[in-house]
Amino acid sequence: MFASFDFDVIGRSLGYLFFDGMTFTLTLTGLAALGGLIFGTLLALMRLSGLKLLGWIAGLYVDLMRSLPLVLVIFWFYFLVPYIGQWLTGSSRPIRVGAFTSSLVTFVMFEAAYFSEIMRAGIQSISKGQPMAAQALGLTYSQTMRYVVLPQAFRNMLPVLLTQTIVLFQDTSLVYVLSIPDFLGAASKVAQRDGRLVEMYLFAAAVYFAISCVASFGVRRLQARIAYVH
Amino acid sequence: MIEISHVDKWYGGFQALKDCTTSVAKGEVVVVCGPSGSGKSTLIKCVNALEPFQSGQIILDGIKVNDPKTDLPKLRARVGMVFQHFELFPHLKIIENLCLAQEKVLGRSHDEAMAKGAKLLDRVGLKEQARKYPAELSGGQQQRVAIARALAMDPIAMMFDEPTSALDPEMISEVLDVMVDLAREGMTMMVVTHEMGFASKVAHRVIFMDKGEIVEDARKTDFFGSPRSDRAQKFLSKILSH
Amino acid sequence: MNYHWNWRIFWEPAPNGTGTYLDMLLSGLVLTIETAICAWIIALVFGSVIGVLRTLPSKTASRIGFGYVEFFRNLPLLVQLFIWFFVLPEILPRSWGLWLKQMPNAPFYTAAIGIGLFMSARVAEQTRAGINSLPRGQKLAATALGLTTAQAYRYVLLPMAFRIIMPPLTSEFLSTIKNTSVAITIGLIELTGEARAMQEFSFQVFEAFTAATVLYLLVNIVVVTAMRLLERAIAVPGYITGK
Repeated sequence: MFASFDFDVIGRSLGYLFFDGMTFTLTLTGLAALGGLIFGTLLALMRLSGLKLLGWIAGLYVDLMRSLPLVLVIFWFYFLVPYIGQWLTGSSRPIRVGAFTSSLVTFVMFEAAYFSEIMRAGIQSISKGQPMAAQALGLTYSQTMRYVVLPQAFRNMLPVLLTQTIVLFQDTSLVYVLSIPDFLGAASKVAQRDGRLVEMYLFAAAVYFAISCVASFGVRRLQARIAYVH
Repeated sequence: MIEISHVDKWYGGFQALKDCTTSVAKGEVVVVCGPSGSGKSTLIKCVNALEPFQSGQIILDGIKVNDPKTDLPKLRARVGMVFQHFELFPHLKIIENLCLAQEKVLGRSHDEAMAKGAKLLDRVGLKEQARKYPAELSGGQQQRVAIARALAMDPIAMMFDEPTSALDPEMISEVLDVMVDLAREGMTMMVVTHEMGFASKVAHRVIFMDKGEIVEDARKTDFFGSPRSDRAQKFLSKILSH
Repeated sequence: MNYHWNWRIFWEPAPNGTGTYLDMLLSGLVLTIETAICAWIIALVFGSVIGVLRTLPSKTASRIGFGYVEFFRNLPLLVQLFIWFFVLPEILPRSWGLWLKQMPNAPFYTAAIGIGLFMSARVAEQTRAGINSLPRGQKLAATALGLTTAQAYRYVLLPMAFRIIMPPLTSEFLSTIKNTSVAITIGLIELTGEARAMQEFSFQVFEAFTAATVLYLLVNIVVVTAMRLLERAIAVPGYITGK
């Protein structure tokens, strides 16, 4: 069955697949996770701030993002970012934005919504008795957050954040809809050029599977260690 | 009726039961007591094979419990079990809790099961609660329903696993009253409990366990009169001192 | 912004001859819903079975369940769809492969099955979590009454577990709806696909995407409301669901 397959095509294109494709995928994943974390923290703080308007705006944003398919959001930002760029730079025409920038903005904005919900849940998971006990000892609000609430909350949400990052890594493959050569896009280009869809897609699947498996195994180990410290 | 001989049980490297041997005759009421972690719950759960054990044997009304050929669901249906945390099924109304196993295990018709259920609810004084859900009842009421649920299966023996230790103090006696009535009617019972008042009122024998071993297995009067072992004496003085 | 807005575009005829642009988007919405419902049925059936497997005492059963979940969770959905759509017909015996390739509506079936299996791994995890969240004594009590393992799951454990996991299952169903848009890569022209087509025909990018966005939001609101009502209808008195 596999006799007619040409697995050599993988060997011939390894350089392109990894140096171009996988580099794009991993850089996008890393930067989007970082940006998503920063913007997500901001959103979570807005929602927990107790200021009605800020909380409302953040909530609306998070709900909107979480209601839309990522593919639609990718299309939205692909067309919107040039106009945002124009508005920011005051230029007279929509500016040209590269594929990478456009995808990065998309994933930061999209993941921030998911990250912020994880952080909000993490902070709210700390029982009300904890800040009360801290304040009873004379700690100020910021000391309570800094030394008591946040360390516990962070420990609870770290595995979930990392798992979400693995999901993000897999989701970056969706930039395929913009014909951007990320890892899957690169594999797909070779597949179509050489007429070797079976080999290339199976290889791409194996690589995604291996990376996700190793990463989620790591997260489980971390989770077990955290549970042990508890 | 229940023959337990040389039963050993390990959880991994921890030995939960060590060479336990005892028996319960028909109509006998045996109270099992001892400090927490002594293996008393494990012992009575072995009787209807809710817990597997590695060696020894238990014979229940002539049927070997740890024989792979034994039809366990059938065997379990003949032994009533009452749990510390009641374990009523929260999504079923009280009467449905009583009917479920009657219909699915014993194959009784719905009408028959309902009639039997209603009779037993009346017996434990909860006829009015039949259409409520478990969470709408107090702990004491829930435990009485649990006893009725077990009785609905017409069991040949009843196992009680600390039936009052999850209850608020004011609800303990309503449950014990039901158990005392049951004992006086001649039900074969094994009761894990710290309620020594119950033991002295209706038990025929008292088994004292510690660290997985049966340390003492004596007639009630002997046990309360003069326990032979230091460990039992210490235990008794601790739970009777207040 | 020097973008030329034209909200009346929705009432103009679309060049594909099926009616107005609005009709085009609505037919995409219908396809999104149809695909999502088929996928969700597959996800629920397979997910419940696998979730139950993972809670059985048998080591083999839980290993099979674990392998299944890991397989479907560690591959991007897009890659899974490509494998079902492009790879499967090639590695099957020739006649089967040919039959698959000639099947009408192949993108629809591939999407429904592919997304269904992808989501089933998540449903399995929720089912497992729901069953494990029940007190251990529930299984013991059912067993002590003489119920077989299958009866204990059917009458005692699953009815309660599914009530508990209703809220997460609602969001998994919403994910299923959203994930149907990934199938535009294998040629399923659902709502996002129709919005994209409208943008290409009419150049009214933002009108097209705004309309798609509004439609997705409406679907979300309908699903969330319906699930709330369902949750309330099957709630157990005295029990706070989502505990």
